[in-house]
Amino acid sequence: MSDIQRHSYDVVVIGAGGAGLRAAIEARQQGKRTAIISKSLFGKAHTVMAEGGAAASMGNANPNDNWQVHFRDTIRGGKFMNNPRMAELHAVEAPDRVYELEAWGALFDRTKDGKISQRNFGGHEYPRLAHVGDRTGLEMIRTLQQRVVQLQQADAEEHGDPEAMIKVFAETTITELLKDGEKIAGAFGYIRETGAFVLFETPAVVLATGGIGKSFKVTSNSWEYTGDGHALALRAGGTLLNMEFVQFHPTGMVWPPSVKGILVTESVRGDGGVLRNSEGKRFMFDYVPDVFRKQYAETEEEADGWYADPENNRRPPELLPRDEVARSINSEVKAGRGSPAGGVFLDISTRMPAEEIIRRLPSMHHQFKELADVDITKEPMEVGPTCHYVMGGVEVDADTGAALVPGLFAAGEVAGGMHGSNRLGGNSLSDLLVFGRRAGLGAVEYLDSLGDARPAVADADLESAQAEALAPFERETGENPYALHQELQQTMNDLVGIIRKASEMEQALEALAKLKERVASVTAEGGRAYNPGWHLALDLRNMLIVSECIAKAALEREESRGGHTRDDYPEMSAEWRKVNLVLGMNDKGAVTLRRQDLDTMRGDLVTLFEDDELKKYLTDEEQSAVQRIRETEKGE
Amino acid sequence: MSKAKFRVWRGDAGEGELVDYTVEVNEGEVVLDVLHRLQATQTPDLAVRWNCKAGKCGSCSMEINGRPRLACMTRMSTLDQSEPIAVTPLRTFPVIRDLVCDVSYNYVKARQIPSFTPDPSVKPGEFRMQQEDVQRSQEFRRCIECYLCQNVCHVIRDHEENKEAFSGPRFLMRVAELEMHPADTADRRLAAQEDYGLGYCNITKCCTEVCPEHIKITDNALIPMKERVATRKYDPLVWLGSKIGRRPADTPKVPNT
Repeated sequence: MSDIQRHSYDVVVIGAGGAGLRAAIEARQQGKRTAIISKSLFGKAHTVMAEGGAAASMGNANPNDNWQVHFRDTIRGGKFMNNPRMAELHAVEAPDRVYELEAWGALFDRTKDGKISQRNFGGHEYPRLAHVGDRTGLEMIRTLQQRVVQLQQADAEEHGDPEAMIKVFAETTITELLKDGEKIAGAFGYIRETGAFVLFETPAVVLATGGIGKSFKVTSNSWEYTGDGHALALRAGGTLLNMEFVQFHPTGMVWPPSVKGILVTESVRGDGGVLRNSEGKRFMFDYVPDVFRKQYAETEEEADGWYADPENNRRPPELLPRDEVARSINSEVKAGRGSPAGGVFLDISTRMPAEEIIRRLPSMHHQFKELADVDITKEPMEVGPTCHYVMGGVEVDADTGAALVPGLFAAGEVAGGMHGSNRLGGNSLSDLLVFGRRAGLGAVEYLDSLGDARPAVADADLESAQAEALAPFERETGENPYALHQELQQTMNDLVGIIRKASEMEQALEALAKLKERVASVTAEGGRAYNPGWHLALDLRNMLIVSECIAKAALEREESRGGHTRDDYPEMSAEWRKVNLVLGMNDKGAVTLRRQDLDTMRGDLVTLFEDDELKKYLTDEEQSAVQRIRETEKGE
Repeated sequence: MSKAKFRVWRGDAGEGELVDYTVEVNEGEVVLDVLHRLQATQTPDLAVRWNCKAGKCGSCSMEINGRPRLACMTRMSTLDQSEPIAVTPLRTFPVIRDLVCDVSYNYVKARQIPSFTPDPSVKPGEFRMQQEDVQRSQEFRRCIECYLCQNVCHVIRDHEENKEAFSGPRFLMRVAELEMHPADTADRRLAAQEDYGLGYCNITKCCTEVCPEHIKITDNALIPMKERVATRKYDPLVWLGSKIGRRPADTPKVPNT
C-alpha cells in the first residue's frame, strides 16, 4: 500500500458542482480544512448545463411572491410527496442564497429598476427564476469557483499557502467510503491523471455527486452522472429514498441521433414557445389534469394573454410541471402525431422576432444551429422526453443534510426528499445552494461534536478497497465495459422508462441480476494512467446498483405520481402518498426495500392550501385532521 | 452509415505517435461521437476528456486537422472525409495521455487575479445595476474555459518561456470583466500590464477566431483594457505621484472575504 497518497482533512466534499462547492465554501468559512473532490476538472461539473435559472421568491418581478407561495408551488409540483421541512427551508432561504452569489460577483440579468430579473417557469405561480440568459448554471458554477479562489487568495495571505484551508482535487474519483465502526473515517479513490490511489482521512464526508442519468440511454446528463454518491451511501450503510421518481424532461433534442437527449431549456416555453403535433395542433390543452385544471388556460387566446397580463389570464398548459408535459408528448408520439424524428414540435419562431429569440435564448439558438443545422428563429425544433433528474436520493435530515451514517452528509441531486415525486424547473439550482450550505454546516457541527476523537481507517479496509479498484485489470477474461454499459442503458430505457408496468420491471430486475454477474467480471485494458475503460468498469457497479434500486422501488409503488407512471396503475393514490420507499443494502450486497411514513406537513403549512386542492391528494382521515387545524386556528 | 479514417495522437508525456483507425460514422455525428466509438469498439483506454457533450463545459478541447476545436461541436459533415482526419492534443499544454492535456497553467493564472471586490458597505440583496451596465461583463462570463484561446495565442503557443509573465486571453479577459463589473471597486490596470502581460498581446485576434462562444475577446476585452491601462499610465495625478516618489495606489491583493 506504499503507493497510496494520504491526506487528512476536517471535511471532504465529494462533488464540485453547485452543491459541493457551496458545502465546501461553508465548511471553509467556518474554519474547517476542506477538500473538494472533483470527478472532472474544476468548473466543469454538470451544474454548467442548467439553463433556466434559480428559483427564489425575491418578488422582483411580481411583489405578490413570497416563500409561502414558492413552498406551495414546490409541494404541488412534487404532488405532495416532498419532505415538507426541506421544501420549507428551501423556499425560505433561496433568496438569501441568490443574493449571496451576487455579492460574490455573479451578474444576473436585471429588471428596469436594477434588481435581479426573474423569469417564468413551469409550475411557478410568479416569475421567480433568477437567470443569466439561458446559461444560469454556468454563471453559478463560475461564481462558486471564483469564490473558492477568493478564499484561497485570503488563505495565501494568512497562511502562505493558497491551499492551506481549501483544496480542489481535480479529476479524482472516490470509489469507497471507509468507516471506523459506525462512523465515517475516510474516502478512498484514484487520481485520473496517474491512476494513483488516494486516501482522504476525514470524519465528515459530504456527498454532492449529482444524479444517475447515465443508467438510461436517452439522457441530458454527462458522463459523471453514474450514481456514485447513491452507491457510496448504500455501501456505507446509508439509505435511499423513493428512487422510482425519475424526471424525464419533456424537451430533449431528438435529432440528429447522436445528440438525442441533449436538453432544450424550459425557458423556451417560459418565454412563449409552444408545443405542436404533426397536425399543427397545440395539444397541451388536451392534457391538463384535474388537479391543475383551475390554474391553466383553456383557450389559446387566454394562454397567449397570460405572458403580458398574468393577473387576468391563466397560464398556458405548456407550462404544466415537467412530468405532465413529458407524458403528454409521449402520448402524442404514440398516437402517431409525432414529428419525423419521433418527437413533437417546439416552436418559438412564430412567437417573437428573431433578434428577441437570440437575445433571450442564445445558447439554444447556438446549440440547434451547430448540432442540428436548425435555425430556431425560422423553424420549430423537434423535441422529446429525456432522462434528466432523479428526485429520489440519499435519505437525509432536512436541517443538516445528515444521512443515517454518522459523519455522512448529502446535498443537491444526490439527496432525496426535497422535490417529492417531481422537481419544478429552477428548484434545482436553488436546492444546491440552500442544502449545499446546510450540509456544510451540518458537517461542521458534527465535527465539533466529535472533539478530538477522530475515527481511524483500518488497513484491512484500505486493502480491500484497493483490491476492488484493481480487479478489472487482474481478470484474464471478461467483458468490455462499454458493451455492458450500453446494455444496461437499453434495459433501463426500455423497461423502467417514462411509462412502466409490472411485467416489464420484473423483466428488468432479471436482466439487471444477469448484468450484475457480468459486471463482476468486467475487464480493463491498458495502464492505470487516464484510462477511461477502467474508470467505466468501476462506475458500472454504481450504475447497476442504482438501477436495481430504481426498478425495485418502481415495481413496489402501485400508483402513478410525478416521475413515476404506471401503465397498470394509472391513478394517484392518497394511501400511497403517505408511503416513502426506503432502499438499503444488506451485508450480501443485495438491495433491500421497506416502507416508511412520509412526514406530515405542519399545520401552518398544510393550511396554505385550499380544501378543494387537498382533497385531490389526501385521504379522508388526513382531510379531517386539516379541518381540525383550521378550526383551532379560527378559535384562536 | 459510412466509414471514416482517423489519425489520432496516442502517447503520454514522453512520446507518442499518430495512429490510424478506420471507424464507422453515422448521420449527424460529431468528432466526439466517433472518438467514443473508437473507445467502445477498438481501443478502450483512449484518453479523451469530455463532460457535457453539448458545448457548455469546455472539456473536449483538442486540435482537429490542426484547428483548435471542441470535439463535441465539430460535426463530421463539416470535415473533408476523403483525407484522414487528424486529431491531436492542444499544443500549448503538456500532454498527460493521448488527447488529454495538463491545463493546470490556467488555474494558476486564475488565482493571481484579485477577485471581485465590492464596496463592503453594500449588503447582499442591495446591489442595483442596470442591464446595459452588466451586459459587457456578462459577455465575458459566457466563457466556458475551454482554453482554446490560450492554446492558439502565439505569445505562449510555441513560447514556453512566456508562460510565466503572460496570463493569456482568457485571464486578461477576466481582468476586463472585473474592471467593467459595475459593482467592483478594485483597480487592476497596473497589474494587467505588469503581472499578467497585457503588453505581450498584439491583437492578432486569433483568440477571438477560435472562441466557441463567439466572445469578441480582442475587440471587447483586450483592446479596451489596453486603453484603460494607457489612460491610467498617463493620468496626470498618477504621473505627478510618481514624480514625488509616491507609488500609485495598487490593486488590493487581499480580497475582502
